[in-house]
Amino acid sequence: MWPARFSKVPLQFKNQHPDCNQPLADPSLIACPHCDLLQRISPVPPGASVRCPRCARELGRSRADSLNRSLALTLAALALYLIANGLPMLGLHAAGREAFTTVAGGAHQLWLDGQPVVALLVLFAAVIAPGLQIGFLLLVLLGCRRERPPFWVGSCLRPLHFTRTWSMIEVMLLGVLVALTKIADYATVLPGVALFALFGLVLLLAAVQSCLDPREVWERIEWAEENVRLHSRLHSRAQREREALP
Amino acid sequence: MSASSPTAMDLGLQGCPVCSLVSRPAPGARKGRCPRCDEPLVFRKPASVERTLAYLTAAAICYVPANLLPVMTTLTAGSRESDTILQGVVLLWSPTGWPLSLIVLFASVMIPSAKIAALLYLVFTVRRGTLASGAQRVRLYRMVELIGRWSMVDVFVDTFTVALVQLQPLMSVEPGPGLLFFAAVVVLTMLAVESFDPRLIWDAPGLKPAQRKVQHA
Repeated sequence: MWPARFSKVPLQFKNQHPDCNQPLADPSLIACPHCDLLQRISPVPPGASVRCPRCARELGRSRADSLNRSLALTLAALALYLIANGLPMLGLHAAGREAFTTVAGGAHQLWLDGQPVVALLVLFAAVIAPGLQIGFLLLVLLGCRRERPPFWVGSCLRPLHFTRTWSMIEVMLLGVLVALTKIADYATVLPGVALFALFGLVLLLAAVQSCLDPREVWERIEWAEENVRLHSRLHSRAQREREALP
Repeated sequence: MSASSPTAMDLGLQGCPVCSLVSRPAPGARKGRCPRCDEPLVFRKPASVERTLAYLTAAAICYVPANLLPVMTTLTAGSRESDTILQGVVLLWSPTGWPLSLIVLFASVMIPSAKIAALLYLVFTVRRGTLASGAQRVRLYRMVELIGRWSMVDVFVDTFTVALVQLQPLMSVEPGPGLLFFAAVVVLTMLAVESFDPRLIWDAPGLKPAQRKVQHA
């Protein structure tokens, strides 16, 4: 289903940036991100994972059909994300009155009550970061389906670590659970559709995390964006020179 | 470092944190750049120990008002009651609610202080150049990285309690000034974790990354 890698020759980098590092001839060489130990990893057999011998950091894991599964899970996550943020999450029934709030509504109320900084933090951790996470994942996975993945696929893969660190839906769910217990003493609490969508979203995002193999994506890209920019610059300069000739 | 276990830095190589490609810095280049993903590369995160300490100091300072100032104020007809985080834990304690009460106690009070203590320990052992028990220390770092985000839970508890309980004039809940400090503790400790470079745990003492020459040049 996925087209073959565009370039069969490994590490054919043409990044001409003056500060650009020189790639090594051996692409199986990696440095452990937690202890910098240089090691060579061979292809991982199915169902196995590779760990650094010195610090036990997981360096690689065999992931069957990584890109297809990740794409399916991310599309499902997108649907749940829209439900989770479009519909009310919690309701309250007390003294003949009902009040509902959405996820963003919680942040909005905090803003109104004089805590704009915390409100923005909540909005970012609960709405914006997960949204960016899903958006970047979709761009990466859809871009990879092209025979020659466009340069922006790499740019979208880079911020994924940041959005994963700051997207805190699972923490928010625990917080909601505690809040419900607190309120349940003096009012009836009505769970909304979005609450269940959020539960699903947490599971799906964790599943994408364990399915996606970033190395497979990088193997498909093989071009740095700088390289692409440079090439388009060189290309347009060559064109101008051709046009200038009589 | 012994010859049997050379690090990438020992050989003048840089591993990309994003795409994990190993590459060699160009001779004379001021800053490295990954040839595959164009990520700026360094041997070790610049001023990692100093930045981690700065974030930790700020977090420790914010930790005091975060626990002393009220995070929530409950307004009922004619009365006004403010709760700090610990008072919230006590209020939540009931025959059915005690597991959640314990979770909040752990997430809000113990995890932030344990995180600050653990990172201080890591920073000081790196400073002193201790090479022993590296595997345990990096495991501690990973644990801090994994658990740290859960201290945000109290911020969300207060957010949604405030958002839901708006039954004016019967009863309403307002956020208190402690909430801002508490959120600051969580964010600052997360930034401290991000700025600490675990690879320093394994580096031989006395060799600061800046002093290392690119050996092939």
